[in-house]
Amino acid sequence: MSLLRVENLTVALPPGADRAHAVEGISLTLEAGEILCVVGESGSGKSITANAVMGLLPKGLPVKSGALELLGQDLRGLASEELRKLRGDRMAMIFQEPMTALNPLMRVGDQIAEALQVHGAGGNAAARVQELLAAVNLPDPAAIAKSHPFRLSGGQRQRVMIAMALALEPALLIADEPTTALDVTTQMQILRLIREIQSRRGTGVLFITHDFGVVAEIADRVAVMQHGRIVEQGNAAQVLNAPEHPYTKALIAAVPKGAAERDLPPPAPELLRVLGLRKTYSRGGWFSGRVSVPAIQDADFSLARGETLGVVGESGSGKSTLARCIVKLVVPEAGEIRFDGTDLRPLSRAGWKPYRSRVQMIFQDPYASLNPRRLVGEAIAEGPITHGLPRAEALDRARELLALVQLDPSAMARYPHEFSGGQRQRIGIARALAMRPELLIADEPVSALDVSVQAQVLALLADIRKKFGLTMLFITHDLRVAAQICDRVAVMSRGAIVEMGPTSEVFANPRHAYTQALLASIPGRGWTAPAAA
Amino acid sequence: MADFWRRYRRNKGAVVGLVVLILVVIMAATAPWLFPGSPWDMASAPFMPPGEMGMWLGTDSLGRDVAAGIAHGARISLLVGAVSTVAALSVGVTLGAIAGYLGGFVDDVVMRFTEFFQTIPSFVLAILLVAIFTPTIGSVVAAIAIVSWPPVARVVRAEFLSLRSREFVQAAEVLGKSRIAIVLGDILPNALSPIIVLASLMVASAILLESALSFLGLGDPNLMTWGFLIGSGRSVIRLAWWMSVFPGLAIFVTVLSLNLVGEGLSDALNPRLARGRA
Repeated sequence: MSLLRVENLTVALPPGADRAHAVEGISLTLEAGEILCVVGESGSGKSITANAVMGLLPKGLPVKSGALELLGQDLRGLASEELRKLRGDRMAMIFQEPMTALNPLMRVGDQIAEALQVHGAGGNAAARVQELLAAVNLPDPAAIAKSHPFRLSGGQRQRVMIAMALALEPALLIADEPTTALDVTTQMQILRLIREIQSRRGTGVLFITHDFGVVAEIADRVAVMQHGRIVEQGNAAQVLNAPEHPYTKALIAAVPKGAAERDLPPPAPELLRVLGLRKTYSRGGWFSGRVSVPAIQDADFSLARGETLGVVGESGSGKSTLARCIVKLVVPEAGEIRFDGTDLRPLSRAGWKPYRSRVQMIFQDPYASLNPRRLVGEAIAEGPITHGLPRAEALDRARELLALVQLDPSAMARYPHEFSGGQRQRIGIARALAMRPELLIADEPVSALDVSVQAQVLALLADIRKKFGLTMLFITHDLRVAAQICDRVAVMSRGAIVEMGPTSEVFANPRHAYTQALLASIPGRGWTAPAAA
Repeated sequence: MADFWRRYRRNKGAVVGLVVLILVVIMAATAPWLFPGSPWDMASAPFMPPGEMGMWLGTDSLGRDVAAGIAHGARISLLVGAVSTVAALSVGVTLGAIAGYLGGFVDDVVMRFTEFFQTIPSFVLAILLVAIFTPTIGSVVAAIAIVSWPPVARVVRAEFLSLRSREFVQAAEVLGKSRIAIVLGDILPNALSPIIVLASLMVASAILLESALSFLGLGDPNLMTWGFLIGSGRSVIRLAWWMSVFPGLAIFVTVLSLNLVGEGLSDALNPRLARGRA
């Protein structure tokens, strides 16, 4: 008897959606002590599958047909009260967003104890809570149990969520993208923890992810989903190294390849030099002392014309602040930003204006970076118009640029909400290029995109860079992406650049301990994606 | 636009409100033809109950037609509501935009100034202003505008604060657009929905305020208003109920329909919030 059996599951979408079924004819089995990874891009139906098993589907998405069995017991026929008893006890779930999954007003220990009490196991809750917190490798469980969630980091909260999910030793653990919101080093720790607990207790894990690196790290078996169907299923080694379905092949081919050997560009004159840049955020009020947090400490680097420098680091390392300082969205308090020989830092708003056309930026979130009430053509043309180009000429330029970023010219007269995330990011790139910049700052331009779209946008950026001889400062948290596109990389940690050098050198021989830790945490680093056939 | 209308129509109350409101506007516009002559003139015998001697809604203690008073009063009520709302919006949006966009010290100064107005009960302040500047239609409109801009400023400031940090506004900064162009072209159009909803509710409360001032005898003495009708009828309400009840109903229906319209606008402009209500 399998731990979990899903047979021919079909879940309907409300009428008027882009397809009839959220998932259609899905069959999966999970044995005890096994990790099954369900992989797919956003909208492929992988979370719906998990929620169907837990009985957590919203009303608008009814299960139409198929069987769901946990340890031989039919889940579909159960009344909601019986299902509730199973949840937490026999099957448990970890969610994506650890920041919002805990009750902010309740101590962490009480929340875990509550999970025990609900299922009548609250007898020695206090002792069990500490055991559980110790089991998820949290230091000082007694102190953590007494803390409120806001005192814990994202990784710590996710550990608390796991402790809570494991409180009643469920036979099935469903993890819905549990590491997507976490930094790479934390992600690696959580993956190891899930692996360890699963092998110690023989729990079956249904692990949902979009990242093939994570799959390579953790999976025993893999199911690949596309448009609500499973297109390929099999052993991890087999699917990863010898994918059969064209979609799986395409997905694996889109995984950033890591450090490719590349020739360093020939020495070129310097375009940007940043010297001793410093930015401190401080907060505090009348009654408490001011607290200051250094966001950037004495950053020094230079960029030669035509070069791409990657700035990598985890969240809070100051890499985005660095990018924003250079374009004066954030005002640094000390240092020099020499662009083509002129220090930009002391310039006023008016003094900056001529440089606005020479330095442009691409933003992270394609859903937030376009004005929802402005036509795409206007959005691309407004920069040049602001700088005095006649309107007709600016619109012509916008049309050319849309072709360059592979969008139809009819996009000119449409609003941003009619486009997908990848298309919007292309529009954002066209808007930046319309200014004919020399320096392009890209702040995590692909981190909000699915892996196949990410590959297309990266290819587009590489192409444009060559065509226009652009100099680029590329901010990213994803080392694999940095390795693929950057000539040199700078590694940031807690506001300081700890290591900088040619990409292949940094990846092959990291000198700083932090860089070494980062590289060791790249998920699936032991796996090399097979070359696209 | 068609989409907007489809979402608006989904709220039945809002459609009823809109129809009633249009009827009130038509009544105000056609008052000089429906009831020619001044509403202050004697039309019949005093204290005529509704329906007698061709007086649909009866006459008051001086024999004036109540129906004529309501129709002509609608002109003043709607006018005061609309003009004072426009005035309050222009002050509130300007101050809110400045505070929200510039932030920091300017924000502090503007918000303390706003709070200064909010600490005084608005009706008391309105009475005070009208009493000082002698009751004319201009001073009534000014007084209502002065007491009703602070909420606008607060709403606009909150919207601007959150929109200012959005990436598309940062992108506009990086393109080198001027502050004015960013505020008018990028931020304000995205902050319009709550302003429109708030404005429809402000018209309703302005009509109420004006009526309350007229009721207390602080309206423009030369103009017939709903509040004045209720005020002049209150001393004889047991003798001639129609003198107070019909103008009261007019206020009630107009204010209610404005509120319904406001709710419908809010549903149509924020479709995601409306879905849960059904």
